[in-house]
Amino acid sequence: MIATVVRRLLAAIPTLLAVLTLVFVIVRIVPGDPAAAILGDRATPAAVAALQAKLGLDQPVWAQYVSFLRQYLSGDFGVSMVTNRPILADVAAVLPHTIDLTLAAMLIGTLIGIPAGVSAALHRNGVIDVAARLLSLIGLSFPVFVSGIFLLLAFALHWRIFPVIGNANLADPLDRLTKLVLPAATLGLVMAAYITRVTRSAMLQVLSEDYIRTARAKGVPWRGVVWRHGLRNAGLPVVTVVGLYVGILIGNSVLTEIVFNRPGLGRIIVGALNQRDYTTLQGLMVIYCFLIVVVNLLTDLAYGVIDPRVKQA
Amino acid sequence: MRFIRAMLRNPTTSVGVVLCIVVVLGALLAPWLSPHDPAEQSILDRLQPPGGEFLLGTDTFGRDVLARILWGARISLVIAVTSISAAILIGGSIGMVSGYAGGRFDLLVMQVMDVMLSFPSLILGLIVVALLGPALLNLVIAIALTAIAPFARIARAPVLSLKQRAFVEAGRALGFSHARVLFVHILPNILSEVLVMGSLWMATAVRTEASLSFIGLGVKPPTPTWGGMMRDGFENILDAPWLSIWPGLAILVLVLGLNMVGDGLRDATDPKLAGT
Repeated sequence: MIATVVRRLLAAIPTLLAVLTLVFVIVRIVPGDPAAAILGDRATPAAVAALQAKLGLDQPVWAQYVSFLRQYLSGDFGVSMVTNRPILADVAAVLPHTIDLTLAAMLIGTLIGIPAGVSAALHRNGVIDVAARLLSLIGLSFPVFVSGIFLLLAFALHWRIFPVIGNANLADPLDRLTKLVLPAATLGLVMAAYITRVTRSAMLQVLSEDYIRTARAKGVPWRGVVWRHGLRNAGLPVVTVVGLYVGILIGNSVLTEIVFNRPGLGRIIVGALNQRDYTTLQGLMVIYCFLIVVVNLLTDLAYGVIDPRVKQA
Repeated sequence: MRFIRAMLRNPTTSVGVVLCIVVVLGALLAPWLSPHDPAEQSILDRLQPPGGEFLLGTDTFGRDVLARILWGARISLVIAVTSISAAILIGGSIGMVSGYAGGRFDLLVMQVMDVMLSFPSLILGLIVVALLGPALLNLVIAIALTAIAPFARIARAPVLSLKQRAFVEAGRALGFSHARVLFVHILPNILSEVLVMGSLWMATAVRTEASLSFIGLGVKPPTPTWGGMMRDGFENILDAPWLSIWPGLAILVLVLGLNMVGDGLRDATDPKLAGT
């Protein structure tokens, strides 16, 4: 197991370097001078030149690239150009809110998606299956800001069951939970739609396999066949999709945070965009990409746990 | 023809086709269907609830919501069609050439595509539009950029096996150039797969455009966009909930229609996947 982890970690290094390079290219490929854009139309050439020197933009591109790599690889994510605070400190301040939201959404997504997908596969073309397919298609078609606003209108403004918006008090578990329900449902229901579809299609494939027939012939109870033999083997595609979904989840969480006015990484990135805070943007892009590379790594490792054949390969 | 019949036999697909036709017709006939000019302001009629002269109500400037939804459909469709066409053209060509060439070149290109795939697509779109400036062309560029890598992957996979087939070898033996073999003989064999994914990605493009407009990075006002209308509606959610509801439903109808058609196309082109 340790050898596998080390091997996968080493394999992730070139990907991380490539991701860093792409972030560097994206921020610099765009036409216009960031220093002039930050300072606005009325900036004097001297002020622009001073900011260029401060940001290192007066250096040759290769020198900028080397210092960029050196900075991020040493764990320094830079300082916000607007607030002058370290970017990692800003991120750390909102991280509990983002983690709350992401974990709760994943919980809702898997708790609804897996049983719904399994039931749909077991009742192929029946009422449950048709309903699961239709609902998951509708769930996939809702942009999260639309479903978020609809949930807000129904449960916060019309029925007044949950608070409208809010910055949860992290020390008060009840406040934290009540302010989490609607945003987590917004993100989680879309995720449930994805997982339902993948689980259903993976289960349909697995249930037609010979070993399922053998297990049934041996007299294994149906419940055991479905959950132990079926779902375990259908687990690989489901885990793959949950892993791939993180990229979408990140984008969706930005929109959810805006709708519910929650603090989080998404709000920081939108704030940085509005204020043209390039260093924060760059830092957050790197953080997001690191996050996705780490999730891909964890997904790879999860394969070995679900299917021992993968570990041996 | 048989392909279209197979597709329409599925009731979900038929519903999807109807939903898409409704939106496309609404967009095409907007000048004739709109009861009012979408940009016409009437302060006396501001925030009118749905009904009467204004079927879907009016916004904070007294503009007709129905007219703005009909005209907004044009922006959504134009951006979705052009950005996905560009992604198919660029991404598809990259994938085909990479798969056909093989070797180290293929490895390098696919590594670059994998890195692009590791960017969260909405964040990539957000940053590209923010850096380029919110305008229709820039939105198309941003959305196309997020879809290039997936199309490269989709186009490459079948080329890997097709290039080993006898008809490709025969073409080469007859002295056809690589470009002719690739684009005249291999391309028709992968087109259906790419187009099916194209329809599903159109739905994603509509969602992404609406999301960027909602964040404030869409086509600039007063041009009506569904995401922009949702943004304005959200600011008045307590007084005028219809401002958020109608454009939200419009986005849902189009995205749902495209997803239903995409599913149907996929099932019709690959019967093995039907109903999965």
